[in-house]
Amino acid sequence: MTTAEEHKSGGIGKYLAVYLCLLALAGLQFVIAYQNIDASQMFSRMLAVAVVEAGLAVMFFMHLWAEKRGFLLFVAIFTIFILLTLQYGWTDSFRMLVGAPFAKAY
Amino acid sequence: MSEADLTMEGHPAGLMAGTPFSMPTKKLAMWLFIIADTMTFAACLVAYGFLRNGTPDWPRPFHSITNVALMTFILLTSSLTMLLGLREAKMGDKAAAFRWTMITAAAGILFALLHVREWLGLIDEGMTLFKNPWGTGLFGSAFFSITGLHLTHVTAGVIALVVVGVRYKGGRYNADDVEILGLYWHFVDLVWMFVVPLVYLLNLAH
Repeated sequence: MTTAEEHKSGGIGKYLAVYLCLLALAGLQFVIAYQNIDASQMFSRMLAVAVVEAGLAVMFFMHLWAEKRGFLLFVAIFTIFILLTLQYGWTDSFRMLVGAPFAKAY
Repeated sequence: MSEADLTMEGHPAGLMAGTPFSMPTKKLAMWLFIIADTMTFAACLVAYGFLRNGTPDWPRPFHSITNVALMTFILLTSSLTMLLGLREAKMGDKAAAFRWTMITAAAGILFALLHVREWLGLIDEGMTLFKNPWGTGLFGSAFFSITGLHLTHVTAGVIALVVVGVRYKGGRYNADDVEILGLYWHFVDLVWMFVVPLVYLLNLAH
């Protein structure tokens, strides 16, 4: 086997493994959808699975793991920080659910 | 300053040396676009979650998971074919790289067709941007906005796959261009991993 052929056969195994993991995790989300649990539990379980899926895709399919550590940290910290700051409004959605009025401005 | 310190057009050498993170400029630009686009989708999904959480009569119109499961399978598989295309491109096998890139584009077209079929089914049942027969009218606008934004990305990706594939085969683009396009395609796949549970699976009619 030539070097090129060795390289060719070597890379596919990892990609296939990640692909099968992603398929299994996607299937798990569909299983969770049919579990007899309340919506908030279902939401948190599905979101956890989606985060793992996204992590696998970013690290191995998008090869972020193979980039310089500085770049990995740049992407991770910047993205996670902004995603977290987007979460500040959830409490207000519960206010909507119970029909509570807006706070008065004086 | 000596002449050795000057590069083209008189810029000091320090200003022209390398790119951030030692990454090709085009690739860095794609990563920055992906980070920005992540924020766009995240904002849309958080807004959707906010509305869904705060609205008691949120519709649950989906009776079957067959279509969305098939769409998910196709998109995930297209990520694998994209990787195979990139692998062949890095190996210098232009014909194989072109073939895998076109297979990826075909998967994208199939995904888009299934998506449109689903939209038409919902429209037939009476769903529009502002009203639907099941509950709050907000659902239609939220659903069409998020899935429409994703479908736009898939469509743009398919066009880019064809253009880059053809130009790579013709020798105008190289393997790095295929890799950069691959980043975009995997990102489109990644977004779908969040759209499916939030927009479809949490709204199944049990």
